[in-house]
Amino acid sequence: MPLLQFNDSGIFCEQANVYIDPWKKVDRAIITHAHADHSRWGMKHYLAHHMSIPVMKLRLGQDISVQGIEYGEKLIINGVEFSLHPAGHIPGSAQIRVSYKGETWVVSGDYKTEADGISTPFEPVKCNTFITECTFGLPVYHWKPQEEIFNEINLWWKKNKEEGLTTFITAYSLGKAQRVIKNIDASIGKIFTHGAVENTNEALRVGGLKLPETIRVERGMDKNQFKGSLVVAPPSAINSPWMKQFKPASLGIASGWMQLRGTRRRRAADRGFALSDHADWNGLLSAIKATEAETVITTHGYTNVFSKYLNEIGIRSMEEKTLFTGESIDSTEEDKLEGEAA
Amino acid sequence: MKDFAQLFNALDQTNSTLKKVAALKEYFDKSDDSDKLWTIAILSHKRPKRTVKTTFLRQWAAELGGIPDWLFEDAYHTVGDLAESIALIVPEAESSNSKSLSEWIDTIKSLDKAPDETKKNTILNAWNSMNTSERFVFNKLITGGFRMGVSQKLMTRALAQHTEIEESELAHRLMGNWEPSSTSFHELIYSKDSAADLSKPYPFYLAYQLEGEPQELGNTKDWFAERKWDGIRGQLIVRGGELFVWSRGEELVTDRFPEFEPLKEILPDGTVLDGEIIPIKDGHPLPFGLMQKRIGRKTVSKKILEEVPIHLIAYDLLEHNDKDLRQEPMHKRRELLEDLLSQRKFERLLLSELVDFNDWQDLAEVREHSREHFCEGLMLKRKDSAYQVGRKKGDWWKWKVDPLVIDAVMIYAQKGHGRRANLYTDFTFAVWDGEQLVPFTKAYSGLTDAEMRQVDSFVKKNTIDRFGPVRSVTPELVFEIAFEGINESTRHKSGVALRFPRISRWRKDKPKEEANTLEDLKGLLKTYPR
Ligand SMILES: [Zn+2]
Ligand SMILES: [Zn+2]
Repeated sequence: MPLLQFNDSGIFCEQANVYIDPWKKVDRAIITHAHADHSRWGMKHYLAHHMSIPVMKLRLGQDISVQGIEYGEKLIINGVEFSLHPAGHIPGSAQIRVSYKGETWVVSGDYKTEADGISTPFEPVKCNTFITECTFGLPVYHWKPQEEIFNEINLWWKKNKEEGLTTFITAYSLGKAQRVIKNIDASIGKIFTHGAVENTNEALRVGGLKLPETIRVERGMDKNQFKGSLVVAPPSAINSPWMKQFKPASLGIASGWMQLRGTRRRRAADRGFALSDHADWNGLLSAIKATEAETVITTHGYTNVFSKYLNEIGIRSMEEKTLFTGESIDSTEEDKLEGEAA
Repeated sequence: MKDFAQLFNALDQTNSTLKKVAALKEYFDKSDDSDKLWTIAILSHKRPKRTVKTTFLRQWAAELGGIPDWLFEDAYHTVGDLAESIALIVPEAESSNSKSLSEWIDTIKSLDKAPDETKKNTILNAWNSMNTSERFVFNKLITGGFRMGVSQKLMTRALAQHTEIEESELAHRLMGNWEPSSTSFHELIYSKDSAADLSKPYPFYLAYQLEGEPQELGNTKDWFAERKWDGIRGQLIVRGGELFVWSRGEELVTDRFPEFEPLKEILPDGTVLDGEIIPIKDGHPLPFGLMQKRIGRKTVSKKILEEVPIHLIAYDLLEHNDKDLRQEPMHKRRELLEDLLSQRKFERLLLSELVDFNDWQDLAEVREHSREHFCEGLMLKRKDSAYQVGRKKGDWWKWKVDPLVIDAVMIYAQKGHGRRANLYTDFTFAVWDGEQLVPFTKAYSGLTDAEMRQVDSFVKKNTIDRFGPVRSVTPELVFEIAFEGINESTRHKSGVALRFPRISRWRKDKPKEEANTLEDLKGLLKTYPR
């Protein structure tokens, strides 16, 4: 019996009777990170990195039963050793190391290899079997260093300000939004936030994250102050009635999918910034090699192509179906949830 | 090249026509003549001759990216654009360059007869000195198919601002058979009558589809109505004893239609006709497919001349005895046209007859019967209208019949291109033949963005099998397919071929069992014979 198996409810460790990122209701769940497709409602007990807890409570309810631990802290359940390791995806995101009788598996959750200024940077963990996402597992995805992208964003904001426009940028309310707020040049102007973003900011600030000052957009605000300012909102805000109050505005989207011209054009945004919280092609390959895993299981993304390639370069690999959705600029559960929070 | 790539990005990053024109003007203002000339050429869909095969480009890019060919192909299907795929796969450049657009084009042209090894070295060095957007633009220059999101009209407007020459005057100068390699910016824009002017067509006046009710057009007495034929819009020019035939796509197609040759003697010098080029046999127009077959051939055989006899149905006279008539009212041009055709008779040259009508109700009736007359509908033209430049609202309207529709089941899907890249949006549809689903057409456009995403996720979850980039999908979703015409076809399993098929709506209300049948399709074939 493999140490971890994929069943109807999630990634299951039978020996410990524990699930990782389950999508159906189970008794005990270890959560890689607080994004909606990995951290779902209805589990009896949750375990996650302590930084994830305020956000999980915000999203799943204050009354959930959840235990927080640190990176590297060991937890033994029925002889199986569990520990969390930085995934660099969003604050609190973790890879989960599972070890039993000398065999080690690691579940990556979502990860990226570049340091983003808000998450503890990714650390590879040696293992026998690595379960990896491959949202951007095609050789056309190569991210520019984030410094370059933020230079572009800053220039765009400055230019908009000169032209008397509001700069409206969409980013996931958990992770991407804070990454933008943290790394952008906050001296250019004021930063306003959509409710879903500000709620998450608050939760993360409780957890200890330091961010520049942000102002929640509220009903009846003086619209003149938006002019020249930055507004950070989730993707679901695009074309919403809520967005109208910021006109005239320039719309930018921060997402890895903006790497492709077709997606940029389809979204009809003024600017697309290929800024992703997932590893790019080289990031995935270097991370996988660093684990020294003999077997790699691919979950969300271009699983089929990516596994085929890994096999060709001599790394045994297969795909598994999960309900993880990866980064999507289109309508997803993450988005729906944010829509409700708006 | 940096400037050109920047221009490209600026055009790509905005939907505002105002900003596009401003970006173009700024570019024209700072560029030298040869770069300006090439930019105009590229925006007019002229490009340097292809000197490097795309199969080589793929191989080299895969090699540099350190990936197997199959992975390159797979990535390409996701990106939906070869030039872009290469630009993204090739590793980041180690240097930069300051060559201009026209210098790079010279480099590309110089590769024409070069040995493969030279081609490879040149291209690899080029890639290694360019950022991603420069590379993309450079690859597009080689592969062609450059779409910069700027119409001829916008380009002409920007150029008018740059040169301070009037827009319609410029539009005319930019028409026709000029080649960037054999002219200069100055000659193209400023010199008056060069030899090329003999063949130069006028910019076509294009009509919009009538959206509202024709009653809104006012008094019927102010309007001409003609049939709208399903051929190729063309201009036939006789000047200096020579004949030139232009298609609307600004292609010189004189050689494709030797039937018109005698007209250079029949029509007086200084004549320009606007009309529909269309095959007619036994008094009936032939299916458009046959026309396409003819156009596709470089040499026209005797057999095809007999099978697909071409005619021109003339509906406008733009130049008469060397005089530009475009500002004259339509009724005047029409009168001159009728006179001309009655004096200079030729069996291949027909007059577009006016449709008689007393009120709009009458005309609506006539329109309903268009298919029986092998027409797409009607054209409405204001009697006192001038012949304008480009697509303009108000004086000319096309009033097409409603399309034919059929409900079909989606059975195969493939990722799209351009705006639809990385989404399963190109579908094959089938109708029932007993218990079997028989594919009969492909279609893509017509869904909203939200629907596209839903169908994409359906395809991913319901894939039965993969054949290269194509996935076979659990037959379940039903769509209404609209099309303009239907012909018999031996090339298709279903025995029919559709004209302009597109998705008109997603029939979420219909289970797959209620989709139409092959018999229904063949019924349409009988009702609307071609
Ligand atoms: Zn995530
Ligand atoms: Zn994920």
